[in-house]
This record gives sequence, C-alpha cells and structure tokens, in this order.
Amino acid sequence: MNPFSSGTRLRDMIRAIRSCKTAAEERAVVRKECAAIRAAISENDQDYRHRNLAKLMFIHMLGYPTHFGQMECLKLIASSGFPEKRIGYLGLMLLLDERQEVLMLVTNSLKQDLNHSNQYIIGLALCALGNICSAEMARDLAPEVERLLQFRDPNIRKKAALCSIRIIKKVPDLAENFINTSASLLREKHHGVLITGVQLCTDLCKVSSEALEYFREKCTESLVKTLRDMANSPYAPEYDVAGITDPFLHIRLLKLLRILGHGDDDASDCMNDILAQVATKIESNKNAGNAILYECVGTIMSIEDNGGLRVLAINILGRFLSNRDNNIRYVALNMLMRAMAVDAPAVQRHRATILECVKDSDASIRKKALDLVYLLVSESNVKPLTKELIEYLEASDQEFKGVLTAKICSLVEKFAPEKIWYIDQMLKVLSEAGNFVKDEVWHALIVVISNASDLHGYSVRALYRTFQTSAEQESLVRVAVWCIGEYGDMLVNNVGMLDIEEPITVTESDAVDAVEVAIKHHASDLTTKAMVLIALLKLSSRFPSCSERIKDIILQNKRSFVLELQQRSIEFNCILQKHQNIRSALVERMPVLDEATFSGRRAGSLPTSVSISTGAARNLPNGIAKPAAAPVADLLDLSSDDAPAPSSSGGDFLQDLLGVDLSPVSAPSTSQPPKGGTDVLLDLLSIGTSPPEQSNSSASDILCSIQDNNAPLASLNDLTSLSPLSANATSPASPAPVMDLLDGFGPNLQKNEENGPDYPSLVAYESSSLRMTFNFSKQPGNPQTTLIQATFTNLSPNVYNDFLFQAAVPKFLQLHLDPACSNTLPANRSISQSMKLTNSQHGKKSLVMRTRIAYKINDNDVLEEGQVNNFPGGL
Amino acid sequence: MIHFVLLISRQGKVRLTKWYSPYSQKERTKVIRELGGVILSRGPKLCNFVDWRGFKVVYKRYASLYFCMCIDQDDNELEVLEIIHHFVEILDRYFGSVCELDLIFNFHKAYYILDELLLAGELQETSKKTVARLIAAQDSLVETAKEQQGSISNIIAQATK
Repeated sequence: MNPFSSGTRLRDMIRAIRSCKTAAEERAVVRKECAAIRAAISENDQDYRHRNLAKLMFIHMLGYPTHFGQMECLKLIASSGFPEKRIGYLGLMLLLDERQEVLMLVTNSLKQDLNHSNQYIIGLALCALGNICSAEMARDLAPEVERLLQFRDPNIRKKAALCSIRIIKKVPDLAENFINTSASLLREKHHGVLITGVQLCTDLCKVSSEALEYFREKCTESLVKTLRDMANSPYAPEYDVAGITDPFLHIRLLKLLRILGHGDDDASDCMNDILAQVATKIESNKNAGNAILYECVGTIMSIEDNGGLRVLAINILGRFLSNRDNNIRYVALNMLMRAMAVDAPAVQRHRATILECVKDSDASIRKKALDLVYLLVSESNVKPLTKELIEYLEASDQEFKGVLTAKICSLVEKFAPEKIWYIDQMLKVLSEAGNFVKDEVWHALIVVISNASDLHGYSVRALYRTFQTSAEQESLVRVAVWCIGEYGDMLVNNVGMLDIEEPITVTESDAVDAVEVAIKHHASDLTTKAMVLIALLKLSSRFPSCSERIKDIILQNKRSFVLELQQRSIEFNCILQKHQNIRSALVERMPVLDEATFSGRRAGSLPTSVSISTGAARNLPNGIAKPAAAPVADLLDLSSDDAPAPSSSGGDFLQDLLGVDLSPVSAPSTSQPPKGGTDVLLDLLSIGTSPPEQSNSSASDILCSIQDNNAPLASLNDLTSLSPLSANATSPASPAPVMDLLDGFGPNLQKNEENGPDYPSLVAYESSSLRMTFNFSKQPGNPQTTLIQATFTNLSPNVYNDFLFQAAVPKFLQLHLDPACSNTLPANRSISQSMKLTNSQHGKKSLVMRTRIAYKINDNDVLEEGQVNNFPGGL
Repeated sequence: MIHFVLLISRQGKVRLTKWYSPYSQKERTKVIRELGGVILSRGPKLCNFVDWRGFKVVYKRYASLYFCMCIDQDDNELEVLEIIHHFVEILDRYFGSVCELDLIFNFHKAYYILDELLLAGELQETSKKTVARLIAAQDSLVETAKEQQGSISNIIAQATK
C-alpha cells in the first residue's frame, strides 16, 4: 500500500491545519495533504476515496485549488453505495459549477440515480441537479424530474418541485410541461410540498405568461382559501414560529398572490379580504410577524387599486418607519420606494421622518433613505430638501460624502428653478465637498455661468468669497480661477451688482493674489495650475496695473518639471512680452459655451462625428421630431476613410476651451501629424476648436492667414518636429520663430478680410422633380467657415409636404444646419435653408457633402439622395 | 432567490459556502473577501442588511459566526433572517448546542443539513422535525453501510488468516 494514502484521518488533517501558526505553515500542511491525495488518485485507491474527497472539500473551503479532485467526485457518484454517493454529490456541488465541462459526464449517473429504488439516493440526485445543473442537463433530465413531481414520498416531491424551478430558469421553453403538475401541488397538505409548489408556480408565472393566465384563472381562489386556513389555523408546534403558524408559507402565498393580482381586477378583488385580514391581525412585535406584514404590504401595493387597503398598507409602513429596530426601518424605506410609484403623496407625508433617516448612523439605512429622498424631490420641494441635504453634507462622514454629493448635484441640476439658485447651491456643495465631485459637475457649472450673462458679476464675486474660505476644495478652486480669469474686471468693479449682494471691495492685486494662491497651493494638481496660467494671461490684459506681477508669476513656472506648465509659461510669456498689440484680442472673453452640445455630450448621445448639432436638428420645423439618427449615421460612411481632424468634434470643444485636456504626454509638439502647424497655435492659445459662433475671434484669423501661406507653414512643421524640450526650453531661439511668424501675419490678416473672393453658385442636386442650388458666402475674416444658402425648387406640379433636408459631412468638416423657411414646398416654387460649414482643414481638403431629401407627395414618402463633391475650390 | 450562503467567523475564516448561482473560483474568492470586509466591520446595533452590487446581503451573527445570505432586490429580507434562524435552530438541535468547532470538524454534516433546508436557492422545508428526521435516516443508512463493510472485511480478514 502507498505510504501516503493510509495518511491521516480527516479530523487529524483539520486539527493539523488549525494548529498552524503562520500562513506558510498552513500552506505546507495543505501541500503535503494534496500530494498524498494526488498519489492516491493516481493509484486509483478505492478504500480512502471518500475520505480524500472530504479532505479536498475542506482544502477547497480554505481557498486552495482542488480541480484535480473533480474526477473523484464522478467516480464516487458512480459507485453503488449510499455513503459514497452522498459524499460524491456533496463534492460535486462544492468543487464544480455549471460551467465546467466535466459536469456533462455526470448526466448519465444522475439519470440512473433519479430512477433508483432508494428514495434517499433519488433525493441526493435531485439536490445536485437543482443546485448546479446546466441548460443541457436541464433539457436531458427534465422528463425524470417531471415524473418525480408525482412520486409517492412527499420529500421527493418537494425536491423535484425546486429542481423544476432551476430547470425552467435554465430553459424557459420547458415551462409549459410543468404547468399542470405544479397546479396539483398547490392542493397538497404537506407543508414542504405546498411551499415548494407555490414557489414553483411563482417562478413559472415569471417565465411564462401562459402559466400566469392558467394559475390566475384556476388557482387564485384556492390559494386565497389556503392562506385563510393558514391564518386561522390553531397552534401547530411543528411549524410554529413566534406564535405564527409557518410564516414562510404565509410569505410564499402572499408573493404568488401578488403576481396573480397584478394587473387583474378580478383576481385582486378575490384577495382583498384575506389581505385586509392578514394586515390587521398579524402581530407585529416579532420579526416573523413583521416579515409577513412587510410581504403583505408589498402585495397590496402591487395588486389593482383598492383605496382602503392602500391606506392600511401606508399606515403599516408609517409604523415601521417609527420603529426602533433598524431592520424594520430599513424595510420600510425599501417599501416606500416602491410605494412612490403608486401613491406619491402618501409617501410625501413621511418626508420629515425619511430625512431624519438620511442622518442615521447606519450606512445601509442612510443609503436607502437618500435614494428615497432622491425620488421624493420635485420642483415644489427642491429648495427645502436640498437645504437639508447640504446642511447634512457638512456633518456626514467621508465615505458617504461622495454618494451624497453626487445625488445633491444631480437634484440641483434637474430641478433648479432659476440659475442663481443653481449657482448658489453648487457653490455650497463645492465649498463643502469639492474634492468629491466628478469633473462633469464643475464643467456643467462653468457652462451655466457662461450662459447666464446677467450673473457673471455675481458668480465671480460669490466664487471669490467662497474661495477665500475653502481654498482646499480642488474643483471649487478651478471654477473660481476660471471665472476670475474671464470676469476679473467685473469682480473689481462690482459690475452687475444684484440687490441681495453685499458689496465687496476687491482690488486688482487682490484678484491676482487669489489666483496666485491657487497656483502655489501644494495640493493643486496639473489641471488647476494650467487653468491658473490661462487665467493669469487673461488678467494681464484686464488688469494692466498688475501685468508686471503676472509676468513674474508666469515666469516662475518656466522651470517647472511638468512639461505642460513649462510650455504654457514660456508661450504666455512671449505673448506678454512681444505681442502687446494682439494680446487683448487673444484673451478676449470666451464665447458662450453651448449648453445643448455640452449636455448632449454628457448624455453620450452626440457621436463626435455627427456634424449636425442636436440643438439645430431638434428645432427643425419640418415636423420630424427624431432627427433621423440612423440615416445620418449611414450617410456619414463617406467620412470613414478620413483621418479624424484633431479637434473638430463638437463634443470635446468645451474640454479644449477650458484648456483642461491635459495628459502629460499629449503636449502638442510630441504627437504632431503633418498638419500640426495649426494645432501648435491652437494649443498655444488654449482654444480648441472655435465654435461656429466665434466669427470675430482674431485668434482664428491668425490661424487662417497662416494656412494661406505655405512657406511659413513648412517651417512651422519643422519646428514642431523638434522634441518639445529642445524646442521650448533648451534652445532659446526656438520659440522665436513662432512669434516671428505671428508678427509676419499681421498684414496678411487685413488683406484677407478685405477681399474675400466670390464663389459661383452651384446646382448641387437635380432630379426630374427637384433642384437644389447652393449659394456661397464667407464671413469676413473667417475663411474656414462657409455660409451656404440652399434653395430647393419644386419642378413638379405637386405640393411637397413634410419637406426635410439632411446633410452629412466628413469629420474634418463641421456643419450647422438652420431650419428651413418652410416645410411645405408648393408646385414650381422655392424654399431656402441656410447652413454653416466649417472646414478645419481649410486649404488642404475641399468640401464634400452627402445629402438626403425626404418629403411627401399626397402622403407618399419620397426620398432623394445625392452626394455633392463639386464644390468650388478654396472653400 | 438566495444566490449564495456564507458562514464566516469573526476572524474572517470561511466555515461554509454554498453557491446557488454560478460564480467562478476567482469571483467566489473576491466575493468572500469583499463581503467579509463589509460585514465584519459593521457595528452590533446596525441593521442586518447590506446593499451589495445590486443585491442584498442579509447577515446575522450567532456567537462567533456570521451567517450571510445574498438575495435579490425584491426578496423579503425579514424572511431571510427567519430562514437563517431556522437553519441555526436545526444545527443546534442536530449537534446539541452547536458551536463553531462542530461546524469545522463536521463541516460536511452542516452541508447535508443545508441541502435538506435549501435547494436551488429556495426554501425546501419549514419543519425542523422533518429535516432532523431526514438527516437521521440518511446517517443511519451510512452507519449500516459501514457496519456491513466492516463485517465483510472482518470475514475476509479472518478467512485469509
């Protein structure tokens, strides 16, 4: 005999493992045991197979790998004796799961055991099948299980019933085979069979509407009767829990009734009385009773409306909510959440109590209560509820702050009645928990401030004040710095003072102080510091008196180890020193950020390549509410072979505008495509793509003039191909060419503006029924953007209704489509529609567009598609 | 439905695990570590429910052992507490005032009892007496088989002497 396999007994092994003092010792013991077991397996040792498997199970529980024992389970199951089978099935359930292919090998043994003469062996097989069977096994063995549902011994019937649940969950198609037999289980007296039968019916209803109809019709009344008998039954010691007979059965019955009554008036009527009886008679001083009441309330909430019962249910929840037991309060909150859908006003009555629960010491209850408060908020009560939540934010512990802040922000955003309130609340949140908010939150705040032109002054002053007290909250600092940079003059001059404000006196140097604090603060990260540099650049022109000091601060970052900061510092310094003439134009206020685009991007609904802005599409008067996402997408495939333009996507522009798109490696000079000459300047100005509105920005003028001139562009490219460090830091000459280029373009700029060339008009599309003509014009000084006036002429004698023009362009173009002047096109008449096309690769690529025109003649849809690639050059 | 049952000692040692939904070995280890951390750190007066990955975990401490069951969002938490108690009472009756050591050395018996109580993640039997009777019957089957085997090997041993 193998010296190992005689080995230790199970008990001795457990003792040996328990006596280990260190993890290493334990590993050694386990390793030795595993080696012995492996040896026994390879010798095919019969005598100790069950003991070895028991050991393996213990080792498995400790978390060691035991896959080598899987085949041993199968061998034990295949042997004839009950003890071997018992441990074999246990091992099977423990060591394997339904996804292992080994499991398929056991199907045959299972089938034999399901037909065994010993009922306990049938029981073992049913148990294993119910716990781990896969879909294939379920299919193979379903007939056996179905037959066992009528087995003489009730203990097998109940196991077969639960096994059937597993089978129909794995293979819902099999459900109909079980409907009849499971209905007969509902008439059983044996509690075990009855409870499993009820459970099986519940699960059948979930997977098959046919079963639901069947049970609703045939079984509702008898189930109600069973529940009534149960509720009125005298003391039964075998099933008694805290004075109630079989609360488990109560609960399962109520659960099934809930499904049967949902959406069906007759069934609901049928169960009204018994529900009322359960809700009033069950004692609520023990957990078992409360469990039944809780289930009963759930059923009342789900079945069809009965005013009286609902009141009863809400009252029970009210009682639960004031209970001192945390468990009861937790389930009350849980159920109130469901009750919101049925009877919101009734839940609102408990608002004060629910708010108290947000402050509970128990994290589970806090979270539930917060979820519920979130549902309770509406336009009418957002102010007091937000006030409460924000007050609590101060006191809450660190790990809860994240969740709480996210909820508050989302509420404030969703329900804010006016912008000033929104800004106020956000400031409070940011000053309290600014380190916990996500980036979208403060981005959104900036967008809102930017859009509220009458609140610019108010916002910047409020931010300045808050900044003085909460300088450690990163996202607050960022918003404050951005606003001071943009609206610094309003801060100093108290512009746009509101009545509610207290006047403050801030000198220009105070404002610069604040920004300086932000860049020097040790906790400020790269994004914040980069934003500060931009703010300083902007302030240098707003506050001429401080410009020397600002220059010093900017210069301090010249030696920063962070490439981004170093580069910005050097570039900005050049602007300050050499380009006084264009500086004020460069640092003009940012154009208003487009709220629609931003929210579209947040919702993820704006694919970056779709050039039709969602806002514009939504406003089309052509009667089509959904702006045809699919056609746009397939129209766009013409652009798929173009390399995406670096910053033409509408989605990213905010990021770029804020200058926050900073991954350290993405410094502009390192990853330049050949066309990068423009990008260097774009980044230099930290303006990503200019949104269409920005027609008068001199920044883009300069860019355009660069593009018109090929020679300097080449040298720019040379420049950018240098490594960033040598370009910016080590060779002092390098920055100069950039600036010289800028100098050189001054005159060009003027020329370009004056003589914008005329372009011939173009018949973009013509068919027998329709002609589309494009007329082109340019805005002075913005050669990238082309204004197109499209004229649609009806060449037929019919009237076109619901006329809709759609266009798609490749990624390097940006299209802004205005609404057409009418969506009806009478016979032989014309309508027009204007659009704005921005070519980010102006001078390199010419325009191209795919079009689709849809309209109706006498309610018949007509669709005409075309591609326009004969645009005049130079657009 | 109950997705899994866990018994964890106060030191975080696993005493029993039963999985009714498929979890890979890696996931199982992760689940145990995660939940152990959450549950063992909760104070004694707090409620017995923890929201976890879209499920709810109901736990209850008996002496040095935490009994945990993971259920769906719309299951009845209070009932699960009763099920846990039901299980503990059956264990108690079987082992005669059960302690952690009983469950360590006779872990397979604890599994057998659990298999008579729960199947496919659902409650199977509400009568403690029936469970006790079924377990006793199967134990005696094992005993007789052992005796028979013993007597056979005795006979063989004597015959070969």
